Amino acid sequence: MGSDSSNVDVAVIGGGVVGCAVARRMALEGAYVVLIEKAADILDGASKGNSAILHTGFDAPVDSLEQKCVRDGYEEYLGIHASFNLPILKTGALIAAWSEEEEVRFGDILKKAHDNGVGDLRLLNRSEISDIEPNLSKDIRSAIAVPREYVIDPWSTPLAYLQQALQNGGQVLFNAEVTDGAFDGERWQLNTMRGPVRALHVVNCAGLYGDIVDKRALGASRFTIKPRKGQFVVFDKAAGKLLSSIVLPVPTKRTKGIVLFPTIFGNIAVGPTAEDQDERDDASVDREILTALVEQAIQKLPALSNTQVTATFAGIRPATEENGYRVIEYPDQNWITLGGIRSTGLSGALGLARHAHRLLTKQGLAFHPINNPVVSQVPNIAEHLPRDYENPGYGEIVCHCEMVTQREILATMEGPIPVGSLSGLKRRTRAAMGRCQGFYCSARIAELTKGKFAEPIGVGDANA
Amino acid sequence: MLNPPIYDNCDVAIIGAGPAGLAAAIRLKKLGIENVLVLDRESEPGGIPRHCGHPPFGMLEFARVMRGPSYARRLVGEARRAGVGISVRTSVTMLGAGGGLTIASPQGNGELTAKRVLLSTGVRETPQSARLMSGARMLGICTTGALQAMVYLKGLIPFRRPVIVGTETVAFSALLTCKKAGIKPVAMIEGKSCPGTRWPFHNASRLLGVPLFVETRITKIIGGNRIEAIKIIDGKGNARELACDGLLFTGQFTPESSLVRMSHLLFDHETGSPVIDPFGRCSDSAYFAAGNLLQPLKMAMNCWREGRKTAQWIAKDIAGSLPDRQ
Repeated sequence: MGSDSSNVDVAVIGGGVVGCAVARRMALEGAYVVLIEKAADILDGASKGNSAILHTGFDAPVDSLEQKCVRDGYEEYLGIHASFNLPILKTGALIAAWSEEEEVRFGDILKKAHDNGVGDLRLLNRSEISDIEPNLSKDIRSAIAVPREYVIDPWSTPLAYLQQALQNGGQVLFNAEVTDGAFDGERWQLNTMRGPVRALHVVNCAGLYGDIVDKRALGASRFTIKPRKGQFVVFDKAAGKLLSSIVLPVPTKRTKGIVLFPTIFGNIAVGPTAEDQDERDDASVDREILTALVEQAIQKLPALSNTQVTATFAGIRPATEENGYRVIEYPDQNWITLGGIRSTGLSGALGLARHAHRLLTKQGLAFHPINNPVVSQVPNIAEHLPRDYENPGYGEIVCHCEMVTQREILATMEGPIPVGSLSGLKRRTRAAMGRCQGFYCSARIAELTKGKFAEPIGVGDANA
Repeated sequence: MLNPPIYDNCDVAIIGAGPAGLAAAIRLKKLGIENVLVLDRESEPGGIPRHCGHPPFGMLEFARVMRGPSYARRLVGEARRAGVGISVRTSVTMLGAGGGLTIASPQGNGELTAKRVLLSTGVRETPQSARLMSGARMLGICTTGALQAMVYLKGLIPFRRPVIVGTETVAFSALLTCKKAGIKPVAMIEGKSCPGTRWPFHNASRLLGVPLFVETRITKIIGGNRIEAIKIIDGKGNARELACDGLLFTGQFTPESSLVRMSHLLFDHETGSPVIDPFGRCSDSAYFAAGNLLQPLKMAMNCWREGRKTAQWIAKDIAGSLPDRQ
């Protein structure tokens, strides 16, 4: 093993939640790993916008790889989250039936959950629902409670994974889009915008660009990414106390449907839609769809009608021609592709990482797990746990809507993974993500981050 | 090691050191109220005028025409001379019944009880999201307030060739800020068929060489990390693309009423302001409100005047001579 990031055991392509989890697993198993990311920070693609739910996998296809990865990922997350200071909001979920037709499908849901080993679902009638969620519309007919579906922090979680990879010998290369690659029978040479990387094995976790990376390195891809946009609306924190559970719809074949859920940051959110589009990186939102989402949310939770919208966003899921995960092995070329991780990436990532480790072992890579790996905490940004501003000496509060301190912002620029962009800074601290969306704080953030980002907030000096 | 803070209870706590809050504080001191404490979450007191680097400010208050920053300094100086306590970097995080405030500051967090509290937290522009605007979120998109804070407080510019959205009075202020900072707007667009202000917008925008498109809306925001162009369409269906590196949303002011929304005080969801009686008193009679938190879009001098007026009612109330709340 070396210490040169251009010559490694495993190259992981893509810094989304899956890539970060895979890099961590490889480092823990003793491989020398480099994570290669085309953007200036992690979570720039599919992982930047999602509903942040930690799924049990109760509704995954029975006996599927997805179900196994979600189950394993869920268990591992519960085991490790405290050591990383990662939060869990133990919300539980309600699968809500608003019509008789939906109620009819409850039997299938219960059976599937049972087959998936999630045995603690139970039926609730209207008055039992009302005890748990008194603010839900009385139009609700009945619900299935799924007690162990939780809400987590979608951004600090992958950060913690990659941080552990780096603290245990791994490397990361940002702004390093993979342009092409060649395998000489023993080693890969991946050419990136930051120079060549030589690796014994490659794990393609490129998400929305998974098929393109396969084509660039292998000459072909066995799947095609069909980008699927999901729009979300986030309501003001004043509504935070209106709902404590995740409210899931009865799913259809195509999508899990539109979810109403508490966020770990103290808001209530609704989404995602499922809109197929050609563009892989156009996360535009659309007024008509946002308006419809707001209406849907109000229908289910009428008290939201008096609540302002704080934020709107869209995430793009890397769907493919098929529904399941597209994990593809290329044993003769020391390559695996973890593709089509379209809606359970956050829950399944740790499980997928274990799966990738098994596949690489099969490909002949010898692992020597490290003893006593370094574990270190990430800053808490969840609303229900102590925040930085609660401890003196933070300098000043920079973002007043989300109560983000100067100390928190400066800390993101230090450490093993210095923040690389404004959007990265927002994901790490919540700064500028609140009600005013930067009206009060963006000038100060521009000042604090001056000279730090390749794409700065301030493009120049006034009247220069 | 920092000591835990001790917040002395006071007669009147004022939340927000802008024109309304400072004017009320000065007046309260002159009316003989002993302990008047103004709390502001920013590092400098003065409020929005601090970053309005253009006239006219101060005509009513100081009988002269001033720029925002010097107006703010003058108000702050006058308050200090009057014996008003001003505590910056001090965020009120919760309004409690009867005037109990929960406070966060870098020295530590604590509680404070005031006999009366004046809410004067001001106003801000409505961002892209709360307007349910179509489009993507990219670098180079901001509001006038953010632009002016960058230019006047930090000496930075967020773009060089923005498109300005909206034609309320503040859009003219945005144009002036751009001119001063060396920013060259490529266009102004307005959804309605005529500009949103009475003053001669056509002339003004022409004077500054900025074309004005009325009855025009944005259909797409184009770019990667940073905005590169927008697509617009007018009432006749004519579509065109404008290259730009910024998008400036102006106007659509909304009260900065976050604290009230999270509190026990009655709140008017239509106006976004706390419900008040004719004396500026909220549903919990320990609380009063003044300034742009009520009916946003007042000029600084109107906020100043309202602050003074409300101060008189607060003083009367402390003396026991204000009628009970109905």
